[in-house]
Formats: sequence, C-alpha cells, structure tokens
Amino acid sequence: MPRIKLAGVAAALAMSAPAYAQTEIELWHAMGGALGETVNQIAEDFNASQDDVVLTPVFKGTYEETLTAGIAAFRAGEQPNIIQVFDAGAATVIGAEGATIPVQDLLADNGVAFDIEDYISGVRYFYADSDGKMIGMPFNSSSPIMYYNVDALEAAGVTPPATWEEFQETTAPALAEAGYIPLAQSHLPWIFTENFMSRHNLPFATNNNGYDGLDTQILVNNDAIKAHFTAVTEWQERGYFEWYGTGWGDNQTPFEEGKVAIWLGSSGSFGGLAQKDLGFDFSATYLPYWEAVTTEPKQTFIGGAALFAMSGKSDEENAATAKFFDYLASTETQVFWHKETGYVPITEAAYAAAKAEGYYEEQPAAEVGIQQLSLDAGDNTRGYRMGFYVQIRDVMNREYGRILTGETSVDDAFATIEEEANQLLARFAQTQG
Amino acid sequence: MKRAGFDTLSLPVLLLLPQLVIIAVFFYWPTIVALQSSFYLQDPFGFGSTFVGLQNYADLFSSREYRKIAWFTVTFSILVTFFSLAIALVLAVKADKVLRGAKTYRTLLMWVYAVAPPVAGFIAVIMFNQSWGPLTEFFGVFGHTYMVGVNFNDTAFAMILASVWKQVPVNFIFFLSGLQSIPRSVREAAMIDNRSATSRFWDVTFPLLAPTGFFLLIINITYSLFDTFGIVDTVVKGEPGNNPMTLVYKVYVDGFRGNDLGGSSAQSVILMVLVLALTIFQFRLIERRIHYT
Repeated sequence: MPRIKLAGVAAALAMSAPAYAQTEIELWHAMGGALGETVNQIAEDFNASQDDVVLTPVFKGTYEETLTAGIAAFRAGEQPNIIQVFDAGAATVIGAEGATIPVQDLLADNGVAFDIEDYISGVRYFYADSDGKMIGMPFNSSSPIMYYNVDALEAAGVTPPATWEEFQETTAPALAEAGYIPLAQSHLPWIFTENFMSRHNLPFATNNNGYDGLDTQILVNNDAIKAHFTAVTEWQERGYFEWYGTGWGDNQTPFEEGKVAIWLGSSGSFGGLAQKDLGFDFSATYLPYWEAVTTEPKQTFIGGAALFAMSGKSDEENAATAKFFDYLASTETQVFWHKETGYVPITEAAYAAAKAEGYYEEQPAAEVGIQQLSLDAGDNTRGYRMGFYVQIRDVMNREYGRILTGETSVDDAFATIEEEANQLLARFAQTQG
Repeated sequence: MKRAGFDTLSLPVLLLLPQLVIIAVFFYWPTIVALQSSFYLQDPFGFGSTFVGLQNYADLFSSREYRKIAWFTVTFSILVTFFSLAIALVLAVKADKVLRGAKTYRTLLMWVYAVAPPVAGFIAVIMFNQSWGPLTEFFGVFGHTYMVGVNFNDTAFAMILASVWKQVPVNFIFFLSGLQSIPRSVREAAMIDNRSATSRFWDVTFPLLAPTGFFLLIINITYSLFDTFGIVDTVVKGEPGNNPMTLVYKVYVDGFRGNDLGGSSAQSVILMVLVLALTIFQFRLIERRIHYT
C-alpha cells in the first residue's frame, strides 16, 4: 500500500508542472447525458477562471446511486468534497448532522458574502434547517409545470386550462374530440402529491411539514387529494387522461409523438424538448389548481437537487469548495446553466440578467418555472422534510399505479399510503436516536 | 494401507490459509455484519443507531407487501425454473438427434448464454416497448393492449420470458452432455425392448438424466431467485412502482435506494436462511437418492 501511494504521489508531482500548490476537490453528481456535459463545462470554466483550485466532477449514476455511493464513501472516510443530493434524500443527508457543513456556515467561514434573500423565493428554504439556515446549495432546481402542444390546442379551439375544473369541463372534451389524449404526467408523487399540497397550500405533514421534528406524521390522506385522484380516474375512464407507468420517459414520449396534448413535466425538461424536432410548437404554463379547494393558488416548490459540502475535509479544501459555490451562484454561471439545461436560475440576479438579455422573449416557456416558483408563498409552500422519503415515494408510486390499473380504490390506496408512510417515518426517527 | 499425511499441523494450515482468509473476509465477515445490523435501525451515515431487537423482522412478517413480494417470488421462480428446464430438455433431446449441421445448430442454441442479465432485460424492454415494441404489436393483433410497466401481469410475463430465454442455453448444454454420456449400449438395448420413442424416453433416458436434472433444478432455482436481479431492474427501469419484483430486488430497493440498512439486512438474512435450507435439501435429500454413474 505505501508503495502504491508513493508511486501515485510521484506521478502527481511529475504531472503538476506549476510550482504552486493547487487544491484538488471532487464533486459527485447524478447528471447524465447532456446535463453531465454541462456540469463538466462548468467545472472546466471554473478551473480556467482561477489557479488555486482544480475541481473534478464525477458522474455516479442516478440520484439514489449517488447518495448511496456518498454514504458508503463517508463511512469509509473517502467522501468527496461536494455531493449532489436530490429532494427526496434531503432528510437523510440533513438529518445526519456532522456529515455535511451547512453551506451558509461554509461560505461565512471563508469570507464569501451570503444573503439568503438573493435566492429566488421558491428555492430559498427547501434545503434549509428549521431555523431557515441554508444547509445545501440549490443546484439543479426545477418545478413541475404544464407543457402543451400549441397546434393541438388550436385545433381543438381551446386555451391552456388555468384550473382543473376548466380542464375537465372545457379543455379535455374538446381535445378528445379533436383526436388527442388530453393529459399525461410523468411523476405522480412529485406532481400530483407534493406539489399538489404546495399549490393548494395544504399541510403535507405534521411538525411544520416535517421541518421541526422527527415524530412526524404524513397528512396525505385528505379529502382534497382524494377528490383529485377520484377525478383523475374518471378522466382516465372518459379518455381524458392516460397513464403509461411509473417511468418518467414512458409518459413523456407520447407527448413528444404528438399523441398527448398536455403533459405535466419538469421545468428542467425544457432544454431537452427544445432541442428535439417535435414537429409541433409547444409552450408551457402554470400547473392548474382546483378552484373548489382554493381560490388563491400558491407557488410550487423545487424538485431537482442541491449540492452539499461534506465534512471531514481540511480547511484548505473547504475554502476551495466555498470558492466553487461562490462561482456557481454567480450570475454568469447561473444564466449559462439555466439556458443550457432549462433548470431555473437560483438567484434573483441571474433571473434578472436572463430577462434583460431578452431570453424569455425568444423562449417564453423557459420562464414559467421561475414565475411559478415566485408566486405567492403560503404556510405550506416551503417544502417538506421526511425521512425514508425515497421509500415513501415508492409506496405512493405503487398505490397510485394500483389505483390507475383498477386494483384498488382511492380510499384504500390513501389509507395504505398513510399507514406505510407513518411506519417508515417512525422507523426513520429510530435511526436518528 | 498407510494414509498419506502431514507430519506437522503448521504446513496444512499454512496451505489452507489463503482460502480460509478469502472465505472469512468475503463471506463470514459480511454475514456477521448483516446479522448484526438486522437488529438495529441506524442512520445511513453511521451517526445514530437504535437497538430494536427483532423489530425489523417483525415489521417484515407483518407487512402485507412483503408477503405479496414473497408470493410473487415463489410463483416467478417455479415458472422460470420449470420452463427453462422443460424447453431446454426438449431442445437437447431434439438436438441430440440432429445429424447434419449439428454443430451449427447447437452453437446457435447456446450463444444466448453469453448475454448478461441486464442486457437480456434491456432486450425485453425493447421488444415490449409501449409504442413500437414488436411483441407489443404481436399481442395487439390478438386485441390485447400490452402495457409493460403499467399492467402487473404484462410486466411479470416480460420478466419471465426474458429470464427463461436467458437460462435455456445453460440448461441445454448440460442436458445435451448428459444425453451424450448415456451409454450407447443402453440405448440400443432399449431400442430392442421398446419401439415407442416416447416411452423409451420416459423409461430409460429420463431416469438416466436425473442426476443432471436435479443438479440443474438447484442451479435454476438459485438463478431465478438471485441472478434475475438484472432483468427485474431493467424491466422496471429502476422504479418499481406497482410492478412485480422479487425478494432480492426488494433488498436492493430498501437498502440501496432507500438507505434503510436495518430493514434490508433483515431481508438479506431471511434470504440467507432460504439458501441454507436449499443447500441442506440438495445435500441431504437429493444427493442421497440420486446415483451418479
């Protein structure tokens, strides 16, 4: 072992031509394909922008795989400096105090100016602790929005629906008449559950949606969401809605093929859709809401993921990490990331810059995600913090699938979700003991 | 007769040591850790943990879903094992009789063996693609809207088909060599005694193939329980949802996706006990009754 290390050091010395010492830091992320190339581009630009730090991005697979790899590495003392953790894994990584350095502390300790008010309101507090201190730096932030086939809506003589009532009574019948499947969506727990709660300002869990404690109970078994799923099954029967399984892409494809007229996806899907030759014009707008539930729809909260600085690193490396975070939050980088991928810019300044460039005049749909995240906030629009949430989502996906294949009723499904989610939450609380 | 042996104990121990170390590090150590963590609920990062005794096991046995998955795994294993063995046996018996181009024919039957399980799963995903999969279109001809990933049975069928397809060549190779090791004299004697090829097969060939068959039975049960993981994972595209899954996949989903180390350790221990039972069954019952020539 020592011999291998010596050989490694010798090789490293031989390669590093400059005389001054550079700090090397590593970023583990889950951005595959074109997104991964954009991450590599940001890393290259960052490395070129200064001489002190070299950042190496490493692709680790899906969000779940990245988190698991990070945990395994942390336990072995081989953790990267920065790890990307997705929304559903936030409770796991934030719950393990001592695994990460809160980004707000990291920046303050290294003399980087930080003001949480610089961040757009929808992304500010999702990855924060109960006192509002930012723990993870929001990175690829998205929100579910409604994409529609402009040609299809014109052919049917309708406009994009603002409410589900409008969809049900006007939009869907006209689109079905015109030969389209009116509606599909790609992520039932995210779009029709988490953001359903946010948009209608309904509590998702006790303890301030889980932020204030571990003895949290989920509040998913409520009349508003059950009425929504009952309506969805009725739409499905009448041919107004089609479900293509739990996979994201299986539901997006029929929209791209022009069979489905309205598709609920991620604001981050914009970049991918815009690059494809779809054969029709598409645009996007806000997620509809039920007028019967609320007349004051609120903002949605962010999906996607955040970057966490892992603990157990030298001050020098932490300073390098802070430097990278500072670069990442800069207006220029954010505008580049936003335009390249379709993810929302995380700061008000970057949003203003993109607007000033006239980007949204060319691409109005690219602005929808930010606008929706900047709508009025409510008591329940900040986010949620629940342990074992990946498994809770799996339970939701399973039960929703059963509703939509007629294997179970809406009431039974939500009773099961409530029961199993509460068991998982109780189990998670025990892991933190 | 004098038994050959070592004079001292140190040399044999020394010679065995590398193997013992490998077994200890790669088998016993993980087993002990899994056993230990199945009694705890622990924070994935290793900060907190609570000793919960048998609670992880109790939670599993009281879970409706876990029982459902166990039941599916049993059905799945029986179907995969039966069809992999039956189809391979038919092919081997027929291939054994082919005279012209026998080698080409056999090679064609064997080469699927080289396909890795995730690739087999991926091929199934392509064949059953919702919008343009050839098999989806084939079922469409009969008026069945085939929906992998939506309909539970459709997805289960795709998994079983891919698993069987992948396993048939292995069984085929073993059955074929089994058939070829049956002495010619026995076959000729049987031919004089009985004119019916079918009853000759059941009375003479099949019993003589029994050692191969029982060996393959165990191999196929373990295959369908464990090695089909890659196929299940690709067919459900990493998102189990309401799709069928096997017990091994559930260990992965809870442990590696969900970071529930205690719960998934308890599931691994249950699977380990199952394998132990299978092994004892193999050695105690089958090996005793089957006579290898």
